[in-house]
Amino acid sequence: MRFSITDEPIESRALENEVRGDGDGAIVTFSGVVRDHCGDVATDHLVYEAYPEMAERKMAEIGEDVQKRWPIGDLVIVHRVGRVEIGEVSVVIAVSSPHRAEAFEACRFAIDRLKETVPIWKKEVGPDGQFWTEVPAASVTAD
Amino acid sequence: MKLRVLFFAACREITGTRELEIELAAGSNVGDLRRRLGVQFPDLKRLGGSLFAAVNADYCKDSVVLSEGDEVSFLPPVSGG
Repeated sequence: MRFSITDEPIESRALENEVRGDGDGAIVTFSGVVRDHCGDVATDHLVYEAYPEMAERKMAEIGEDVQKRWPIGDLVIVHRVGRVEIGEVSVVIAVSSPHRAEAFEACRFAIDRLKETVPIWKKEVGPDGQFWTEVPAASVTAD
Repeated sequence: MKLRVLFFAACREITGTRELEIELAAGSNVGDLRRRLGVQFPDLKRLGGSLFAAVNADYCKDSVVLSEGDEVSFLPPVSGG
């Protein structure tokens, strides 16, 4: 298993190859992609920031949980930081397993847990200003 | 004791720094540090109870007693993905 934070573009195909094993009949990949809006607000790009050591530790804990629940082959999670443009990939989770059901379930579990526990923050930058997602509206800062 | 305090995202912007060294009395806990930072950076209190404490890169409660050299952070609600 591998868990990392990167400021480089993420190649999901490379991660699929990384988790592929001869005993695996399935690979499920989730890619989080930057979209052009957040609710009713237009987005120009996102800026991600992480607490890298803790983020990698928390992702590794997700990996341990996944291994306890499903007989997976391998799992890789890579999350990007820094400026990410519309249509670019911010996170990729690749899971291999002997059969498809556990790969689907493990991948869904991993992205859901990542969104709850891994210390990474997303700033929405748009034509009307910028704001950290999930932070109370009073702390919105204009450009 | 000396503590290394890290700030990220909205907290980094409010404090204007990524890292501070803070001196607290021996035996102080995470809640004591939270209150101390609230005095030094009143705007942090806007985020108030939504900040999760972490000591040495793991989530913890405000009742945890700190030790010399601990790396402490108060993390805004996460929004990765």
